[in-house]
Amino acid sequence: MRDRTLWTWHIVAGLVILVFLGLHMTIMHLNSTFPTFNNPAGGEAESWVNVAWRMKSLFFALTYVVMLGAALYHGLYGLRNILFELNPGTGLRRTINVALSALGLVLFAFGAWVAVAAPGVVSRMGG
Amino acid sequence: MESRALPNRLGLWGWLGGGRWGYERYLYTLHRLTGLGLLLYLLMHIFVTSARVFGPESWEKMMEAVTGPAFKAGEYLVFAAFAFHAINGVRLGLIELGFLVGRPIEPIYPYATSVGRQRPVAIAVMLIAGALAIWGGLGFILER
Amino acid sequence: MADTNLKQVLFRIRRFEPGKDREPRWEEHKIDAAPGMTVLDGLWKVKELFAPTLAWRSSCRMGICGSCGMLVNGRPRLACNTQISELQSDVVAVGPLPNFDIIKDLVPDLSPMFETHRELLPYLLREDLQEQEDPTGEYWQTPHELERYLQFSYCIKCGCCMAACPTVATDPVYSGPMPLAAAHRYDSDTRDGGFAQRREVLADGRGPWRCHFAGECSQVCPKGVDPAKAIQLMKQDLVLDLLRLRARRPPSKVLGKPSGKRREDVPAAPPRTVK
Repeated sequence: MRDRTLWTWHIVAGLVILVFLGLHMTIMHLNSTFPTFNNPAGGEAESWVNVAWRMKSLFFALTYVVMLGAALYHGLYGLRNILFELNPGTGLRRTINVALSALGLVLFAFGAWVAVAAPGVVSRMGG
Repeated sequence: MESRALPNRLGLWGWLGGGRWGYERYLYTLHRLTGLGLLLYLLMHIFVTSARVFGPESWEKMMEAVTGPAFKAGEYLVFAAFAFHAINGVRLGLIELGFLVGRPIEPIYPYATSVGRQRPVAIAVMLIAGALAIWGGLGFILER
Repeated sequence: MADTNLKQVLFRIRRFEPGKDREPRWEEHKIDAAPGMTVLDGLWKVKELFAPTLAWRSSCRMGICGSCGMLVNGRPRLACNTQISELQSDVVAVGPLPNFDIIKDLVPDLSPMFETHRELLPYLLREDLQEQEDPTGEYWQTPHELERYLQFSYCIKCGCCMAACPTVATDPVYSGPMPLAAAHRYDSDTRDGGFAQRREVLADGRGPWRCHFAGECSQVCPKGVDPAKAIQLMKQDLVLDLLRLRARRPPSKVLGKPSGKRREDVPAAPPRTVK
């Protein structure tokens, strides 16, 4: 039963990433040809002005957390698939499961903290 | 089960195509490669972008560390990999949920397989992904 | 007999003698190929003239028994179903089916595939065991219901799909296209009630989850079974079942015998128009 559920979530995560990462790519890389309101200072999307603007936004904080979770799950499940198809032994399978889950959780916790702490950081600087 | 016979699995060469194989086989391999590349980038990206939570100086320093033509080229590769992986992923998601493969039919030679049926979609995937990669490339060039 | 249409063809055959060879080696023999000769005919010629110890499996020589699956010029094919002329080459390279252990020369060990096939319960599973032992009538099935699984029942278990699958190339746990297509053939048969039992077997790495639609199985299948389609439809079924959206119906009932009485709702025939 587990494989079926994990796989279904993999597809769902893929859909989530398609929407949010598509938006992220548009903001970050297509800004010169397809500007959105998410780069209010225009120009480079990674300039501090634009980054700070997005840091203040609740929308971005939430969507970054969702996107991070979906991307970590989707990517690590894909890696697990590739590793398992190389036929590791039972012990190694358990190690891979634990290691990838731990890695995913730790990175998610860290990245989510960054996204959620961001508005506070910007308002403390008065920006 | 035990066998005294000689092992003969293709191994990783089987992933790479093993010879004269079909178009979808290579899309499968490319999907895996782009997925691994994107995962590696994601792991680094989480750290690089976390610099913003420590203030503008920390952010500027991090951005300086990742400037240069090699990094720009790498970022473009990530964009192109995403374009392919996402569009091909839509195709695979639809197919693996049972769409686009067609109904069971009476097999009359030459066989109209599910692979043949989704072939126009596979080609459309490559064209759309290519167009997106070119559009993104324009963005990278204009930002210089 | 006119020999003017004979063409010299080089057969490169992968030989392996257990106990004598440590590794397979190539052996080359030139034969005269007449138009219409299949690779199997060529192998018989080679065995007759040059290599009396060459071993392979073949039986029906007409593409129905599934014995002669081999790697011919880089693709898994049936030797009896492959014309030498269709290869469009003067060299015919014949090897044993990959992804199976080699017993000798061109003979693969297909028993892992058959064992996996058995594990996926490839037979009708119903509760009315007495009826199955001692049938009183046929099971009801419409032609539309038959269409839903007929294509997947044409499988001759030749193993070409298993040889072509990239996942089977590295992963011995994955069931492979043939057992999965066979399992789906029974899951979509309205006479069968074994979906829940097969679902248990399909839950882990043996299930369809390691298929990523490379599509090679369907491209090499000599009978047009399209196992790739069966596997994707199986995934659809299993996901719908996970979301509790799969239509649950009992297995089809036994068709009673005709009662002999005329049905009341049948209208009377119109008057005759021809004297």
